[in-house]
Amino acid sequence: MGAIAANLDLFLLGFGNTLLMLGGTVLFALPLGILVAAMRISPFGSLRVTSAVYTELLRNTPLTLVFFFMAFVAPRLGIDIPFIPSAIVALTLYTSPFFAEAIRSGINSVPVGQAEAARSIGLGFGQTLALVVLPQAIRSVIPPLINVIIALTKNTSVATGFFVFTLVSVLTRLIRSNPGDLVALFLGIAACYLLITIPLGRIADRLERRVAVLR
Amino acid sequence: MTSVLYDAPGPKTRRTSRIVSAVIGVVLVAAVGYALFRLSGQGLFDADRWDIFNDPLVWLDLLRALGVTLQAALYASVLAILLGMVISLLRMSTNPVIRVPVTVVLEFLRGLPVLLMMVFFWGVLGLDPFVAVVLALTLYNGAIIGEALRSGLVALPRGQRESGLAIGLTGMQSRLLIEFPQAFRNMLPIIVAQLVVLLKDTSLGYIVSMQELIRRGRLTAEFFGASQYGFSVFVVMVAMYLAVNLSVSALARFLARRRGQRVDPLQAVASAQAPAESAAASAGPGGDRPST
Repeated sequence: MGAIAANLDLFLLGFGNTLLMLGGTVLFALPLGILVAAMRISPFGSLRVTSAVYTELLRNTPLTLVFFFMAFVAPRLGIDIPFIPSAIVALTLYTSPFFAEAIRSGINSVPVGQAEAARSIGLGFGQTLALVVLPQAIRSVIPPLINVIIALTKNTSVATGFFVFTLVSVLTRLIRSNPGDLVALFLGIAACYLLITIPLGRIADRLERRVAVLR
Repeated sequence: MTSVLYDAPGPKTRRTSRIVSAVIGVVLVAAVGYALFRLSGQGLFDADRWDIFNDPLVWLDLLRALGVTLQAALYASVLAILLGMVISLLRMSTNPVIRVPVTVVLEFLRGLPVLLMMVFFWGVLGLDPFVAVVLALTLYNGAIIGEALRSGLVALPRGQRESGLAIGLTGMQSRLLIEFPQAFRNMLPIIVAQLVVLLKDTSLGYIVSMQELIRRGRLTAEFFGASQYGFSVFVVMVAMYLAVNLSVSALARFLARRRGQRVDPLQAVASAQAPAESAAASAGPGGDRPST
């Protein structure tokens, strides 16, 4: 515990950066994900194809490689931004397809009969979505969205290798100076991550159970 | 599902759709074209940015690094599936002394970033980077696969276990011989999807200085001059990763689809028997009806 107290400033810095990247990424990736999901179900084939290609490409590229692009390749192409915003861009690019897929599967989970009924009483595409499908989808969308946010929390750690001081950097920084306290430090860092991920997981589980009862 | 949301397009909608498609096509082509123009304006497509790839040794080095990546992924996959099997059985245990600690450890493993575990094994325990990466990937993905298998076991009809016990198998025999093979098949798409994640996560070895594809790529670029070759090496690495991952993802989709189409053998037997049974009934007793 002594080692954690002695390096509390590093912990706070790492934890703050983790939260900053988490918040910043959700802020940008969620709207982008909603846009991509909307394109994916739109009546226009070209939009569907664009969003499918975007999703497939990003989901099959390792996050490390996206970070690598932002850190080493983008600056040479004239995109020169500070490390934390660049980490947020990388995480946003990588996370938005996962948000989009979560939203799309939520929309797909609404029974077809709902959309058919809406169509049969004469509602159009926009009305069907806005009045009938989305209000029902939002409930089953929230647990998978939270799961994506949990994964994102863990993914912020990848920024460690790309010049951002994260919670994992606390450990890498202190490996040489505090060899005796590393296990305590590891547990402290683990506790910081679990502080975010476990409560989120609990909320997702509870919501999931509520939705399951409703259907 | 989505096709229910709108009618089959009429002439007007088809026209709108064509216009929208054309506009999007033009915008996309313009965006990609502009990006390529900017890149080539910086000379990124000049031959002297790519000439290192004329050297077979560069390819050999990158391919060997890809091999290391795949090797780590393969070891970790096999170990993670084995660990997942053990974990799922332990979590189903009726003995709380086994079940509760396993549940706590699982929660711990699933809530941590893989990278933190890698750094722990590599930096704190001083293991070889390759071993640290394989170990961390095994623990993390084993926990997730274990949970998937457990939910597969829970989802099986109760009759499976009951009949297993009824014919005199012990609880463990029934799990291993009757329930587990079914749960594994049902969960195969999820497991393969998780293996794709595992494969992508081997790239985290870059941060703990494992000699995998991204690190070798960066070293290659720096050896020949990063400002000149950074971009081209990046393009080659992306292409390699996409080639491997898209194939594995396609395999996952294929498995999921085949799973969807596969006829449940029990139901197939039941439906094949139904007409035979009625025929036997009409033919009177003595038909080859299964005894009840």
